[in-house]
Amino acid sequence: MSDGNQPPSSLKVVGTRPIRPDGVDKVTGRAQFGADFHLPGMLTGRIKRSPHAHARIVKIDTSAAEKLPGVKAVVTGADLDVGAGGDIEAGEHAAAMKDVAANCLASGKVFYQGHAVAAVAATSPEIAADALDLIEVIYEVLPHVVDVDEAMAPGAPVLHDDMFTKGVTPKPAKASNVAQKHVMGRGDVAGAFAAAAVVVEGRYTTAAVHQGYIEPHACVAAWGADGQSTIWCSSQGQFLVRAMTARILNMPLSDIKVIPAEIGGGFGGKTTVYLEPVALALSRKCGRPVKLVMSREEVFLASGPTSGSSMDVRLAATKDGKITAAEMTLRYQAGAFAGSPVNLGCMTAFACYDVEHLALVGYDVVSNRPKVAAYRAPGAPMAAFAVESAIDDLARKLKMDPIDLRILNAVKDGAKTVYGATVRYSAFIETLQAVKAHPHYQSKLKAGQARGVAAGFWFNIGGESSAAVHVDEDGGATVVSSNPDIGGSRASMAMMAAETLGLPIERVRCTVADTTSIGFSGSTGGSRVTFATGMAVVEAAQKVVADLKRRAAQTWECDLAHVEWKDGVATCLDPSKDAKPLSLKALAGKSAKTGGPIAAEVSLNAQGAAAGYGVHVCDLEIDPETGRTTILRYTAAQDVGRAIHPAYVEGQLQGGAAQGVGWALNEEYVYNAKGLLDNASFLDYRMPVASDLPMIDTILVEAKPNPRHPYGAKGVGEVPIVPPLAAVANAISAVVGQRMTSLPLSPAKVLAAGKAP
Amino acid sequence: MARVVSISSKFRDLTGGLDGLDVDARSVRELLRLLEARFPGLGEMVEAEMSLAIDGEIHQDALMEPLGPASEVVLIPRISGG
Repeated sequence: MSDGNQPPSSLKVVGTRPIRPDGVDKVTGRAQFGADFHLPGMLTGRIKRSPHAHARIVKIDTSAAEKLPGVKAVVTGADLDVGAGGDIEAGEHAAAMKDVAANCLASGKVFYQGHAVAAVAATSPEIAADALDLIEVIYEVLPHVVDVDEAMAPGAPVLHDDMFTKGVTPKPAKASNVAQKHVMGRGDVAGAFAAAAVVVEGRYTTAAVHQGYIEPHACVAAWGADGQSTIWCSSQGQFLVRAMTARILNMPLSDIKVIPAEIGGGFGGKTTVYLEPVALALSRKCGRPVKLVMSREEVFLASGPTSGSSMDVRLAATKDGKITAAEMTLRYQAGAFAGSPVNLGCMTAFACYDVEHLALVGYDVVSNRPKVAAYRAPGAPMAAFAVESAIDDLARKLKMDPIDLRILNAVKDGAKTVYGATVRYSAFIETLQAVKAHPHYQSKLKAGQARGVAAGFWFNIGGESSAAVHVDEDGGATVVSSNPDIGGSRASMAMMAAETLGLPIERVRCTVADTTSIGFSGSTGGSRVTFATGMAVVEAAQKVVADLKRRAAQTWECDLAHVEWKDGVATCLDPSKDAKPLSLKALAGKSAKTGGPIAAEVSLNAQGAAAGYGVHVCDLEIDPETGRTTILRYTAAQDVGRAIHPAYVEGQLQGGAAQGVGWALNEEYVYNAKGLLDNASFLDYRMPVASDLPMIDTILVEAKPNPRHPYGAKGVGEVPIVPPLAAVANAISAVVGQRMTSLPLSPAKVLAAGKAP
Repeated sequence: MARVVSISSKFRDLTGGLDGLDVDARSVRELLRLLEARFPGLGEMVEAEMSLAIDGEIHQDALMEPLGPASEVVLIPRISGG
């Protein structure tokens, strides 16, 4: 439960906990997800995928498949036309469209098992499956590499002949698997280490893990006879799907309408396209609607996990615990194409701490795995695992309380981050203090149990958003949002509109519009929607209020300055007028007579997002016979600015913690000697389920609302996955009596440490 | 004069090894134009690939943002999320 500060008493809706508007549809099975759409004459699409980790495509012969009765279309990479390519802003960074296209359907080479090489559309699933078998692909199998360190080693198989490491001067003469080297830092690191009283260091590794959303990727695409096409799909951004599909098929944006479906989880993994361009290419070829739905195996094989990593970290400190310098090398798997979040790992690694001398080097490394996709706080959890483990080592070496050590080194407003921003509106120290004062941290542990603490940071962003507010004739209102609702944004948008208009929340509904029905918006990601789209909603509602006041003034024939709007009612403050107050309902009912419909739409580019900080505490014990870890108690605290809907914010913290615990304990992509994935199912890829976890307690710290947002919101969705990896690992390290440096900390690995009690 | 600094190795590549430079610009738009004129490719790269921390606050696609006479502009990789 939340024990954060209460919102100001002047707020009537923001800070309350109304029932989620999408809840009934979801629990009754009526919500329409990506795979739920059916159109007359719709065909079943299927994708043929590579059985090899790395191979050259010598030949693809689709002629037999095309002749099979019931097969209406077959496409390969040759049917995509990405032209000059270019970049489109996506989940982690700008996505290179040539790579996105080659990931949708391979061109020339396949880079991982499951890489798509061809697709069919047929009148039944059975015929589609038979057609895949009739597509003949001749491969020249090539040596493969899946491990990030092995991919960087001399003599490793090189995936891309034209990949010359960027960020290195002069340009390397030989191609390699290192797509880019990132260097950042400040100060005199060598001098600070030479003068240090205490140094701790370690090498850490994390496994590639999948976002694990319940709903597989799915879409229906229909090519129109007039060239106007429609796509129904589940994604984190209908405008992103439109932009990427249009680029890959060389179409104008206005020829594609994307209708967002309900989304069954994304966590960053649905900020790109895999199926939509392929389905539309099939539909274009045969003129009928085509549905493509990934199986769970395809989701694991061919959609983006996040990077596995290897990292080296060193900290220098005074004998009192002040960290004076840090250096770190981060090596992140990008998968088949360039673009891991290693630069974000470098930028976030020490963002919680005020360290004068810093040196970070990051390597973006390709290997024969699926191309990584964004996953909550991309790049930050791995870096935090290494840094927060090292800080735990430092606390133990200095015999300091781990929270006191973090408070001593915590960033304060005015501090300069390594990436250039100045810390503002931060409540990291308040978050640490809230954890220290919490009953969980004050409680005693039993023999054999241990407690881990770790912190985490995420930037949070703003960006382009659009929203509209329509006043209904009966005095209610509808909010039109431009962002798919992943984490409860329909509730928070409706609440902010209700607060601004002065309506009860029950009179405001929120819907998510298609690409033709609202202005452009960036994707739902980066913890930006409550901040940026919320800002658009509030500004639109403010415009509506201004219009309502104008109509009231017109009705009373008084000066606009004499109209007050409060709690959904206009009051005339002109003492010379005998004017009865006019409610929103009364004004809406007369709208035709006072200027027509009452509505406003706002498009903006929101600046001023404030970063978030989290601190997690984990108590656990280990079964000495099996090595199985049991999480006994877990508390997640976070600097949230102001919680618009506290229950949803608590849910974000709990969900992030649960995913992070899975990352720490069990989840990993397991490859065999042939570079093939051995655990492409939920049976063998072990994510935490409800029975694996205790109730996760939360502390919402509302000490510093963001003054750049009308109601003080900060992004909250990404921070909570950053601390759990180290919080769990620090506790396990305490139980087994040695630093555990390689995730996941599976029972076998814990037993192998040899010191389980 | 706005002081422009960068943590990006691309910045150093395009400026011949500089970590920072002074530019007499009153807006981000003017800054990008002057960077491009001084180091061909730099203004375009910054507009396409970078965010700007102006006096400590991160801005993305903020061409109209004003710069003060002593503004610090840090060029950083664009930040998105999951």
